[in-house]
Amino acid sequence: MILSDITNFDQIFRENLKTIGRRDTEIVSEYRADALNHLLRLGLPTSSNERWRNTDISKALQTDYSIFFEDFQDQLKPEDYFTCEVAGLDTWLITLLNGWYTFKNSPLRILPSGTIIGSLSRAMVECPELVENHLGKAADNSENAFTAMNSAFATDGFFIYVPDGVEVTKTIQMVNVVSHTDPIFVQTRNLVILGKNSKLRLAHCDDSHNHNPGFTNSVTEIIMAENSNLDHYKLQNINDHSTLINNTYIHQEAGSKCTTNALSLHGGFIRNEIFVKLNGRESSVDVYGLYLMDKKQAVDNYVFIDHAAADCTSTEMFKGILDDYAHAVFNGHILVRKDSQRTIAYQSNRNILLTDKAQINSKPFLEIYADDVKCSHGATVGQLDTNAMFYLRSRGISEDNARLLLMYAFAAEIINKISIESLRDRLDDMVKKRLRGELSICDQCVLHCKTPDKPIEFEIDLSKV
Amino acid sequence: MGSDSNNLLNEITQSDYKYGFVTDIETEYAPLGLSEDTVRYISAKKNEPEFMLEYRLKAYRRWLEMPAPEWAHLKIPPIDFQSIYFYAAPKKKKELSSLDEVDPELLATFEKLGISLDEQKRLSGVAVDAVIDSVSVKTTFSETLAKHGIIFCSFSDALQNHPDLVKQYMGSVVPYADNYFSALNSAVFSDGSFAFIPKGVRCPIELSTYFRINAANTGQFERTLIIAEEGAYVSYMEGCTAPMRDENQLHAAVVEIIALKDAEVKYSTVQNWYPGNKKGEGGIYNFVTKRGICKGAGSKISWTQVETGSAITWKYPSCILLGDNSVGEFYSVAVTNNHQQADTGSKMIHLGNNTKSTIISKGISAGFSNNSYRGLVKISKRAENSRNFSQCDSLLLGDKCGAHTFPYIETANKSSIVEHEATTSKISDDQLFYCQQRGIDMESAIGLIVNGYAKEVLNKLPMEFAVEAQKLLSISLEGSVG
Repeated sequence: MILSDITNFDQIFRENLKTIGRRDTEIVSEYRADALNHLLRLGLPTSSNERWRNTDISKALQTDYSIFFEDFQDQLKPEDYFTCEVAGLDTWLITLLNGWYTFKNSPLRILPSGTIIGSLSRAMVECPELVENHLGKAADNSENAFTAMNSAFATDGFFIYVPDGVEVTKTIQMVNVVSHTDPIFVQTRNLVILGKNSKLRLAHCDDSHNHNPGFTNSVTEIIMAENSNLDHYKLQNINDHSTLINNTYIHQEAGSKCTTNALSLHGGFIRNEIFVKLNGRESSVDVYGLYLMDKKQAVDNYVFIDHAAADCTSTEMFKGILDDYAHAVFNGHILVRKDSQRTIAYQSNRNILLTDKAQINSKPFLEIYADDVKCSHGATVGQLDTNAMFYLRSRGISEDNARLLLMYAFAAEIINKISIESLRDRLDDMVKKRLRGELSICDQCVLHCKTPDKPIEFEIDLSKV
Repeated sequence: MGSDSNNLLNEITQSDYKYGFVTDIETEYAPLGLSEDTVRYISAKKNEPEFMLEYRLKAYRRWLEMPAPEWAHLKIPPIDFQSIYFYAAPKKKKELSSLDEVDPELLATFEKLGISLDEQKRLSGVAVDAVIDSVSVKTTFSETLAKHGIIFCSFSDALQNHPDLVKQYMGSVVPYADNYFSALNSAVFSDGSFAFIPKGVRCPIELSTYFRINAANTGQFERTLIIAEEGAYVSYMEGCTAPMRDENQLHAAVVEIIALKDAEVKYSTVQNWYPGNKKGEGGIYNFVTKRGICKGAGSKISWTQVETGSAITWKYPSCILLGDNSVGEFYSVAVTNNHQQADTGSKMIHLGNNTKSTIISKGISAGFSNNSYRGLVKISKRAENSRNFSQCDSLLLGDKCGAHTFPYIETANKSSIVEHEATTSKISDDQLFYCQQRGIDMESAIGLIVNGYAKEVLNKLPMEFAVEAQKLLSISLEGSVG
């Protein structure tokens, strides 16, 4: 199916409604129909749309993708695809292959603490009230065509529920691998619910398994109740022909605290849209991002933070290094509503361009309607500091090494924000590899490392610099 | 801030627009509304050369096809172009050659504005071109300037006496099809100022234009064209006011600056159109396209603006840095109060090598107003070693107003450095406490802090203007809050 023709969607929806909605409750099927109407009204974004001004999606939409509404891969051995393991990191691993939940035992696991992890489509059957009460609460179909498309069509994805007062000790790792012989269009819908005073760490990986083009349109809704705490990491390492649209909606109630970190290492085109609604007093969010792009890769980060309550804090920091013909877009938008007094909001976007063919468009917006606020934003585009370069060179470090070191130091600011130590070490390695051009898309997932390679060291000892 | 300062702010926002008088001058109008006939009427009235009429008609036809822009962070009520007089001129009795012959009512008007032509002429050494409603009424100092080869006259005079220069440069920086309001202006502009500084001449005095909308139901559409030849220097100032009226009036101007090799143009504006009353009724819609091109190497264009008036301001003075080593600057203070809306900023387009630009923007919002900075810094592929620094600060006085920042940064060159910073805050309690503790009352303290906040920009204004600008800031936010 060619995605660029919007009328296709209407037809496909009607033809496949029975399959798509086979597990829907009444409320969910109404939600789908409503989302489809939004999609048809909105149409797919073009560069005349302000939010897509610097990004041309039309080429990715021209490919003829196959699209499936039923799991078509029963004969599959998940262990062939998912060998994800981070050294020293014990995780609850849940996996999607081409958008379908894969499992050995049960599609829905209930941990002793009452935490539920597993497939969304299964959760729809086993705990419909949880899904109904939260699905669509954070995501907005009326403004975003890809979200509306996802709401109308997506049938499976991850489901995580953490009950009140529960602290999930193990990190939950959600891995979505796209691997298909011909171009495939994948839509996944993830729902994460955190009860009051609960705590969760989540790593969310998107990977390609081969070099075939794919298009992933993923929506993640995270609903955080009072005083809940979330650490969220997105690791994106897809091939040069693939497109990934990752819309994350975070809804935070009073006193909740969220850190979300988007690490884009490889990808034909990656668009991360992060919408955070700080809906309760004294909630806070930290949004970090790192993108390392080369060749003709493109990355587009859109971050919208809605300060809808007083006394909230948000920090945003996105950093990127662009090589070859790479193109990066940063759109940050902070909205401080009328009565959101004593808001603190910081936003920063820093970029390094390594070639004249690389390009960056940065739009850090502030929209403020309350007076007692401290808001600032900054954006820089530049190159590696010549003084620092000279310093390193004068100490006998080769130009290549000095450049690597400086790039690494630039990226390390984001890496150091990762609070899970083993994950940080792993990412640290990956970034070093990436900067040396050694990290291709792994044969397996981004955290592919059954037997982790020896940590990669620079030729000089970093600790002594 | 405590309730004291809230009361104070309320008081402050009650202050009046002191330029809101109407002068009773006999006025001549074009037929009401806009059509090709109106365009022809204006052109015929001004006895323009054929090429000008053609240009106007082309612009008019293009304008008909264009949609009104909606992207700005402004609520613009639909404008009924058929209920506006597109041309209004004080009736001319005869050609004037000295101030004595100017209508005494008119002189009195400028007296009230504090820019008595006569006084200015004698005391400050500033050449003034005063534009009332649609036409230029008096240009002072032309003779002195002529000695240096400088042409400073009304746009209509320039069309009569120097049509070649006008033809060569008009529309070269802001083409008529550039945007909705530039197309409208190109079709119906009535007058404006024209300045030409020949090669190597440093203009000995400041050039100044004063714009005033006087008649009711009129729109003012003026056009300014400044050409600085190789090595020339000029400092140009512009001021504007309008009477208080309940209905909205339209002002759509175009300013074009051309700076050739090593030339420098400094353009300062104090914009004080009638901002509307406290309920947000009336006021001027100020839709202005200002753009300069640093055509030659080493040229420099500097925009300084103090924006205190207008119900709606839509204005983005820009620099196209085409020549190598050219420099663009933008310094702005924008104050909005009551129900005013402003969406203003700058565009810096870096095309040449080693080009440098600076943007300093200070926004102050009070009352129910909305004040936005919108800017673009674009570094093209071949603009090696370009440098931009932008800083936009917003100050919020009161919790009903909004301050917004919309910067666009587009870089495609690795040797360039672009830096942007912005902050938004209210007056800090610490600063207020510090001042009050030293016996400065609340009102003076706020005044002091706001003045200090805007100082960086006010300092860039020519002396004569800086004084006026400071006064204006004071009026806009009352006595001391300036």
